[in-house]
Amino acid sequence: MILDRLARAVDDRLRLSPLTRKALAKVFPDHWSFMLGEIALYSFVALILTGVYLTLFFDASSADRVYHGAYAPLDGTTTSAAYASTVRLSWDVRAGLLIRQTHHWSALIFVAAILVHLVRIFFTGAFRKPRELNWLVGVTMLLLALANGFTGYSMPDDLLSGLGLRIIVSVVESVPLVGSWLVALGLGGEFPSDEMIPRLFVTHVLLVPAVLVALVSVHLAMVVRQKHSQFPGPGRTEHNVVGARFYPNYTLRSVALFLWVLAVLFALGGLVQINPVWLYGPFAPAQSTSPAQPDWYVAWGDGALRLFPPWEIHIAGHLVPAPFFPGVVLGGVTFLALYAWPFLERWCGGDRRAHQLLDRPRDHPVRMGVGVMALTFFAVLVVTAGDDILARLLRVPVYDLLNLLRVLVLVLPVLAGALAFLLARALRRGDAARLGELTRADLRAARQPADRGDAEAAADEPELPAPDRPGERVELWPDGDVWRWRYRDEPAGVAILSNRAVLTEQEAAESARLAYPGVDHVLVPGPPPPPLPGRVRTALRRWGNRALGVSLLVAALRQRRDRRRGGHGDGPDRR
Amino acid sequence: MSRRARVPAAPPGVNGRIILSFLTSAAGAIGFAVSYGLGGQTQWEGGCLAVAFAGLATGLAIWGRRLVPTGGYVEEHEGFTPPPAEQALTAAVLTAPDSPIRRRGLLAALGLALTALGVAALFPLRSLLPGDRTSPVRARRDTPWGPGVRLLTAAGRPLRPADVPAGTVVGVFPEGGTGAGDAPAFAVRLRPERFTRPPSAGHLDGLVVYSLLCTHAGCPVRLYLKGAGRMLCPCHQSSFDLLADAAPVAGPAARPLPGLPIELGPDGYLRARGDFTAPPGAGFWSRR
Ligand code: HEM
Ligand code: FES
Repeated sequence: MILDRLARAVDDRLRLSPLTRKALAKVFPDHWSFMLGEIALYSFVALILTGVYLTLFFDASSADRVYHGAYAPLDGTTTSAAYASTVRLSWDVRAGLLIRQTHHWSALIFVAAILVHLVRIFFTGAFRKPRELNWLVGVTMLLLALANGFTGYSMPDDLLSGLGLRIIVSVVESVPLVGSWLVALGLGGEFPSDEMIPRLFVTHVLLVPAVLVALVSVHLAMVVRQKHSQFPGPGRTEHNVVGARFYPNYTLRSVALFLWVLAVLFALGGLVQINPVWLYGPFAPAQSTSPAQPDWYVAWGDGALRLFPPWEIHIAGHLVPAPFFPGVVLGGVTFLALYAWPFLERWCGGDRRAHQLLDRPRDHPVRMGVGVMALTFFAVLVVTAGDDILARLLRVPVYDLLNLLRVLVLVLPVLAGALAFLLARALRRGDAARLGELTRADLRAARQPADRGDAEAAADEPELPAPDRPGERVELWPDGDVWRWRYRDEPAGVAILSNRAVLTEQEAAESARLAYPGVDHVLVPGPPPPPLPGRVRTALRRWGNRALGVSLLVAALRQRRDRRRGGHGDGPDRR
Repeated sequence: MSRRARVPAAPPGVNGRIILSFLTSAAGAIGFAVSYGLGGQTQWEGGCLAVAFAGLATGLAIWGRRLVPTGGYVEEHEGFTPPPAEQALTAAVLTAPDSPIRRRGLLAALGLALTALGVAALFPLRSLLPGDRTSPVRARRDTPWGPGVRLLTAAGRPLRPADVPAGTVVGVFPEGGTGAGDAPAFAVRLRPERFTRPPSAGHLDGLVVYSLLCTHAGCPVRLYLKGAGRMLCPCHQSSFDLLADAAPVAGPAARPLPGLPIELGPDGYLRARGDFTAPPGAGFWSRR
């Protein structure tokens, strides 16, 4: 009653109801891969919520402070205020450790979700016109997420974070001409400077999150304006979006996903220890630990630093030190390539049309090959970041392993890329629906150069309205004082309802004409039976259940392993 | 329109499952509050909170799946190639004769003023540089070591040659600059006849002092492999042969660890004869 009056009052002043009606009926495609971006979004929300709580206790200063508290081994020692407050946050602030660990886990999952989301966008060609801008925004967000993860990791001023920071400083310092100046500008002095932690803090809690919030808003606004792309399927064209409506179905589903993300993050934050800085000890310029591995999303850089041979260049009496290449050049090239990809593919492939229908990965063998090559390359780098641990596990000398990895990092990506290219071609040319059904003949055919009549050639043809296939039609009917319509393909057994009611028959006919150009309209007397729950939804549910099971299992296993390692798996108890 | 219509009956069992999920969630929330109140046990707190969220999530998911229409809707997509006439109309508004963007001269002056303002706004960035106005390159080359600076142990005591028995590595710091990031060094006693290359900074009966900072990316090289006379960096596994003037022998480091020339002071303690033989730590442009 009150809500009703309030809604009317607002509408009388702002006239929001037409917009609201349209927004509530917005259609979201039904495919699990569309949840990846949402997972990233929701982990970001979790990061902000937990991060704000942390700022209330974290003391971003390198000034001396004596720690007094429940963690006996450090009780009474003098460390930086940053470190002391992090230990206090973990041991003496109730729920502090939970929030701190949840923040860290959210960061790991945030970056992972962005990355998997990016991979999905890449392989399905969702970055093509008209969505190139959103690709650029997305890559920028990945960059900022990495930066913020790193600044966050560096702030507590523990031994590991100090080592990581020192390595990054060295990489920045390796830049020709301006390296030392950049470091001085960033740190306000030589490493480790007093300005370091306050500046990291401002960057971490204000600058980067503010830009991220702005970019997330732009990103989402663009998705709404451009609407979702979708995979091809019955009744799906370049002129429509088929799926679930924002309200009520998608709202419930998406809020449920948000809560799932929170559930997993807090379960991890509570049950699985991460970054126990009290065990590492405070940063000291003359200390280091072994093994020293960074968070997973900077592991590729660490691996590259390990892998790159000791080659340095001297230019007119100046030095370009080795970390410049795996650090600055590799990072720069990676992100340049990511930024440039949509435009590269456009110029090289000649496809300038707008696309609302996604590719299946196999539809574009070159993209497939390049993508798999890049992923393999980075996977080898990530493995290299653990070469010391791996060598110990395999009982081989670390330098032999390093030499092997130096070869693998060049050979494996090429092999994997070529294989992916051939498989994609075989899948596309043959009739196999999936990888397991490929025959030898398909593979042999894949090695021939492309002939005309291939889908590659078909891509050059101009876009035509959907042909008027027999059995396909649009049905319109009056429903009380509003109009609705639906699309039917009788032989295929497909019926898709329009997402909203409209006031006139013309309006209904107009939207049907936009969604299914060239399909005949017929007037029918009454509303047909409601649509059935889709196969996709069932698959989605099954996938979700399985993912949940696996993640619980992994968490349980980790917990057990940590506990076996001498009780470090248990967080501190306090009373 | 359908405000007055009756709420359709839920399929059997669905309401029950949803209510059960929400009740589980409430139990989780209460569990969290209780565990916090009793002193806060991280595992309990996290677990209960997870149950609270998961319960809500399950309930809403069932609700969304069973009690409301799911997929099978279509929305038209009105394409993004604007009709040329429409584009022309917008362009006409923007470029009308009296439009600001037609006054080229004024625009140029405006551009000039904005550029000046933009450049001027960059000047305060300089304040981010170190306050003492020393050139970063200078600062990077100089360390607190210098002629006559005594070697201190980590505990802050001056070092005598006898404090470094054969086969041990002792971390050393400059007196009056123990906190500096680029100063840490280590002293180690080797057998002079095993030297394959004489230490560039000299030695006192086999006692040599080198910078502790890896020449790859600056991590402290903390692992001493006694038999081989090598120092290993834990960060990316560079190893340095102390018998060959700390030359890099494996891993990504390309330059030897800089040595510190030392002598015995009149007071019987070790002291430096000067700075490191090269700037310590990672390489940089002006290092040479
Ligand atoms: C892109 C988003 C973010 C990422 C990837 C991220 C990542 C991280 C990481 C990895 C840590 C280290 C945690 C640890 O000690 O184990 C951290 C610490 C911290 N973060 Fe964030 N964070 C993000 C956003 C935020 C926001 C929005 C705030 C606050 C407004 C915040 C506040 C803090 C604080 C105060 C700490 C230090 C607490 C401590 O020492 O444990 N973070 N962050
Ligand atoms: S910092 Fe020592 S090997 Fe990289």
